[in-house]
Formats: sequence, structure tokens, C-alpha cells
Amino acid sequence: MLKSDLNIMNELVNLGRRETIKVTTGLLTGLVIAGSHLSLIARGPVWAVDLSTLTTSEGATLMAVARTIAPHDKLDDAAYALVVQALDADATSNQINRAMLKEGIEKLGPGFEASSEGGRVEALKKIESSQFFQSMRLKTLQVLYSSPIAYSYFGYEGEAFSKGGYLHRGFNDLRWLPEVSSEDSGPMPI
Amino acid sequence: MSSIDFHDSGAVVIIGSGAGGGTLAHELTRRGVKVVLLEAGKRQSTETFSQIPGEAFAQLTWLEARTQSGNWGVARDFPTLPVWHCKTVGGTTVHWTASTPRLQPWELRAKTTYGEIAGASLIDWPIRYDELLKYYEIAEKRLGVTRRNGVPGLPASNNFKVMYAGAKKLGYKQVHTGHMAINSRPADGRGFCIQQGFCVQGCKMGAKWSTLYTDIPRAEATGNLDLRAESTATRIEHGTNGLVNAVVYRDAQGKEQRQKARIVCVAGNAVETARLLLLSDSAKFPQGLGNSSGQIGRNYCHQITGFVWGIFDKPVYSWRGATLAGVIEDEVINEPKRGFVGGYRMELVTLDLPTFPLVGLPYGWGRDFSSIIEGYRNMAGMFINGEDLPRAANRITLNPNVKDAFGLPAANVHVDEHSNDQAMRKHAQGQMSKMYDAIGANRIVLGPTPPATHNLCTARMSADPREGVTNRWGQTHDIKNLFVSDGSALTTPGSANPTLTIVALALRQAEYISQEMKAGRV
Repeated sequence: MLKSDLNIMNELVNLGRRETIKVTTGLLTGLVIAGSHLSLIARGPVWAVDLSTLTTSEGATLMAVARTIAPHDKLDDAAYALVVQALDADATSNQINRAMLKEGIEKLGPGFEASSEGGRVEALKKIESSQFFQSMRLKTLQVLYSSPIAYSYFGYEGEAFSKGGYLHRGFNDLRWLPEVSSEDSGPMPI
Repeated sequence: MSSIDFHDSGAVVIIGSGAGGGTLAHELTRRGVKVVLLEAGKRQSTETFSQIPGEAFAQLTWLEARTQSGNWGVARDFPTLPVWHCKTVGGTTVHWTASTPRLQPWELRAKTTYGEIAGASLIDWPIRYDELLKYYEIAEKRLGVTRRNGVPGLPASNNFKVMYAGAKKLGYKQVHTGHMAINSRPADGRGFCIQQGFCVQGCKMGAKWSTLYTDIPRAEATGNLDLRAESTATRIEHGTNGLVNAVVYRDAQGKEQRQKARIVCVAGNAVETARLLLLSDSAKFPQGLGNSSGQIGRNYCHQITGFVWGIFDKPVYSWRGATLAGVIEDEVINEPKRGFVGGYRMELVTLDLPTFPLVGLPYGWGRDFSSIIEGYRNMAGMFINGEDLPRAANRITLNPNVKDAFGLPAANVHVDEHSNDQAMRKHAQGQMSKMYDAIGANRIVLGPTPPATHNLCTARMSADPREGVTNRWGQTHDIKNLFVSDGSALTTPGSANPTLTIVALALRQAEYISQEMKAGRV
């Protein structure tokens, strides 16, 4: 795993070892499910993400929005919590972002998180052209697929320079199609 | 490495250090010419290239504010990023994917070959093919292009095996791992390709050619180069005689500096090259510098692109291996029976996981959208690189409502696709879909046109000064000591990825400039 990925994972700490940070306005938390992609990289039985501007309930609504935008049923909640963490950081550093998120959450109403997927899709379709939804969509796509949990879930192996590339680690291991003739391919360099 | 005085009026000032500017700087300095090379971005190295896709994008990309308009898909899908090029020493040769085909002879005679086409502003190149060929051959040796001069091709990756099998089913003949400026074996003091993918994040092996670690350090070694990174040119000045004589720029501290110049060569990528010339208007040149024709910024071409993804039963792991090492060249023909003029290549491509949902897929969200990403492991990819038609109204202009960090108007990129462009993309995506279908894809997904990486023709070479900005040497028709040295000078785009042509033209231009300097004509 990359060093920077480990930094991301530091945010997903075991609750028991969680340090008290200065201002905590909300908390997203859940169990690390045995056999899940998160369990392969998490250090404890519980994950937690602190929020410093959004409340727990607001965070839960945004998590439900992220999961409706990019639903992957077997992808851990923690991966979606990272999206909320990034949104929370934006809301903390920028008043306009904070107002936009709070307004968007209010518009969706308290029942959003608990409604069926169909209900959530309908609710989001109604606000699809809003800045709130467009920002949510972009942030979800930017953060969700960049996390080590997602790398593991999708089987993506990421950078390979530190491991000598894929030259001897499967760049040409596909066997379910005919091989390429030598004149259209090239020799292995080593 | 040398330090050239701000008041030294004998130097050549080159703006931009990519394929055009970096090559030109080396070629002039090795001939004994003093060069100040201004580069807006920072200097990175194989050690400092980030391997985190989002971070690498921010490290290398030109991200100043831009606007766009027109009916092309990029305006809808990527409103804040019309074009994707670099802002770093080495320019776009740092993130390019190193495909280096040649233009075809008939592509240089676009107007003659395609005839008069309504809604297009086609002209022929003012250069004969054999003149260009000579420099292609030199450029291919310098870049170590595979499948030329006895350099072996790159070995086939999984993603290429899928492309190859599909192409053969459709009867295509010219299918191989490409002419690539990526070392298939150690050469030029650089390492070989270890198939790491991550070409776009900067090649940490240095196997992929870039001016960052070839021409620029070699130019520095001559003692004639003064490279100034983090230096953004804001204006080119001229004297009462109508010749350019200085470049004004902001240094790393944001302080305004003025470098005197004997000759100025602009190579800032087609959007910024046009913008800088437009920003340099004056009482004598009210439409912008070198713009008596009104052609600067017009005829903007970006080559037709568009992804096709095939999702299969079994894994492909498309991210393993050189990103673009595969091509089908059979459609690089002019066959109007297909419903359009001009040719296209089909090229291997993939995107890393974080980038794929953002750039590789059409706008979307929800179950159907995410189900495509579920197939990422089993997905193969290709895209089209085809010739788009120049149009006078497809152009770079200054947007007075949006300013950069220095308070200068940002560039607006306007593109209305010609129906020929749309017909070509449709044909190509149809062929690529047929290929994946022929070998049993479960699902085929057509992707959008990504932000343009091949930015061309905004100061095009023309025989007639009314039809372009520069002559056959990339020298502006209006001002003899002002040159354009990047893709802006291409007359038409053709269907070849442009870097090899940009390098060949820079090699040729360097010879011309040094001859003209010796003869005292510039």
C-alpha cells in the first residue's frame, strides 16, 4: 500500500484508539465486517470518521446521497464515509460550501436516508440540476474511487513503479484470447 | 547553465518548454545561440512525480481559469476543463502517452484531397511531404521511436491482446503495439519500459521520452541556456520598427520582469500561444501581435476522440502496461464512402480507477452508471484519434469576464463540431464496438470526448498570409523575428498524434532560425 493511502487509512481509526480532536460536531461510525474489503486493510473492528462542521445526522444523509449516486452494494460504508469526510472538510474551510450542503440536506428532508433506493433516486432526480447535487456527484466520484477500500473492491492495483512495474507481474497474463504474432508485438526487455 | 542579463538584446526567448519549445531550445543552444527559456510551471523529476492520480494531475496540469462554448461534448461534460495539457518544465511531454505516428502525405494536402467543404476552412500545408519526412526521420531517432530504425516494438499487453483479437475478427491488417516514443530497451541514457501504466502521471523510469530529461538538460550542458521555471509570459513587446524586442513575464514571486530579445518563439500550447499573442495587442497591432490576418486563435483543432469500453467475462487488468501501446491504422485513409473525409486511428487506452468514472464515462449516476464501474477489472479500452476539420469560428478568444491570477483575461475555447467530425466519431465508435462484440463482450460502453489534449492550428502555417498566421517556417507573416514553435503552427491536424510532427517542425525551424541569424536577417 502507498504511504499516502496509509494516511487516508489513519482517518479510519479504531474507535478505542481515537484521539479526541478539538472540535467534533459529528461522527460516522460502523463495524468492520469480516471478509469485507475494508477488513483486509483496517486495523481494528470498528471504523470512525470525525466531522468538524456537519452533524452526525447530516453526515448520514450525505452518506446516503453518495451511496445513491454510486451504489456498490458490497462496498463498505466506510468508503462512503470518506466522501462525507471530504465534504465536511470543504464545509469547514468554506462558508459557501457549508451553506450549500446544509440547504441541500434540508431540502431532502429527514426521511431521505431511510427511504428506499427508488425513493432516494426520485428525490435526487428532482434536484439534479442544483449546485448541491452537482457538487455531491463530483465529490462522490472523486473521492469514492480514490480510496484504498475501493482499490481493493475493484481489484485495482494502482501504481507499480515501486514494485518494478507490471512487466513481470501480469501485464500480459491474459490467456483467454489468441496470442499476438511476434511481428505485431515486441520482445520482453529482460 | 548560464545566466542571461535582462537587458541582453541578443538572446532568443522561447516561451514554453514542451515538445516544440524544449526541442527548439536544445537545437539552438547546441548551435551556440543564447536562449532564455520561460516556463510557467515548476520543475519536477522522475523522483518527484506523484503516483497518486489526483495529486499527479494537480502537480502537472495547467489549471488556470478557462471558459468554453459551442456544441462539443466537452463544454457539457467538463465545463471547467476544455483542454488538458501540462504546466511544468517539459510541458505536455511529461504527461503525454508517447504515440508517435507520422502524418500521411495526403493529409498535408487536406484542401486538395478533401475538396471544398462547406463550413470548413481547409487549406493545404505550405510544406512538401518530403521536406517534413527528412525531419521525421531525425525526430524518430532522437525520440527512440519503436518499430523504426530497428528499435523493437513494445511487448503486447492484456489490453492490446483484446484489441488485436477484435481487430483481426474484423479483418484489419495494420494492427500492432504502435510507434511509441517509449524505450522498449535501454537507450539514450534512459531506462526501458517496465509496463507500469501511469504514463500520464510522469514516467518514473524515464523510459518515455520527455524534453524534461533529454533536450532540456542537454541544452543546459551547452552553457547557452537560461531556463526560468515558474515564469509566466504575459506580454510580448515590440519597437517602433514593428519587430518584437522583449517579453514581459511574472517570476516565481509574482514580480514582473522584462527580458530583452532578438527573437521570440512562442510554444505555450495552442490555447496559451494564441492567448499570449492576443494579449500582446498594441496601437500598431490592435488585433494582437502578428494578427493582421485576424487568424490568430481561429481554426482551432483538437482531433476527434471518444472512448469505447468493452466489458468481458474474464479479467483484462487494462491498467497493467503502457497506456497507449496499440494501434489500428487501416482507417487512416480518405474514403468518403464511409460518410466523411479524412482518416482516423484506433488506439489502445485505459484510465486509472480514480480517473475512469470522471473522464471515461458519459455523465451519469445511479445503478446503471455504477454497474459499468463494477466491471472495471474485466474491461478493455480503445479510443479514436481522428482528423477534425478546421472552422474559422472554432477559436480561442479572450474572455474579459474571467481573469487569471495576474488580472489578465482568460482564454475562451469555442468549438462547434462539424457534421464530418460527428460522422467520423460515430463510424469509429461503431467499428470499435463491433470488434469487442465479435470477441464476446458482455457490455460495450461508449464514452465521452475527454478534455482536448491535442491542441492545434491556432497560428497555422499558410502560403497565403491572409489564410494563416505563420509561413512555412512557423515565422509570423507580420513580424519576421516572431515565431510560433508548437502545435499551433500545424496547418491542419491530420489523424496522427501530433508530438512527432511538432518535434520535426521544431528541428526544421531551429535550422532556419540559426541560418537567418547568421545571415543577419533576423
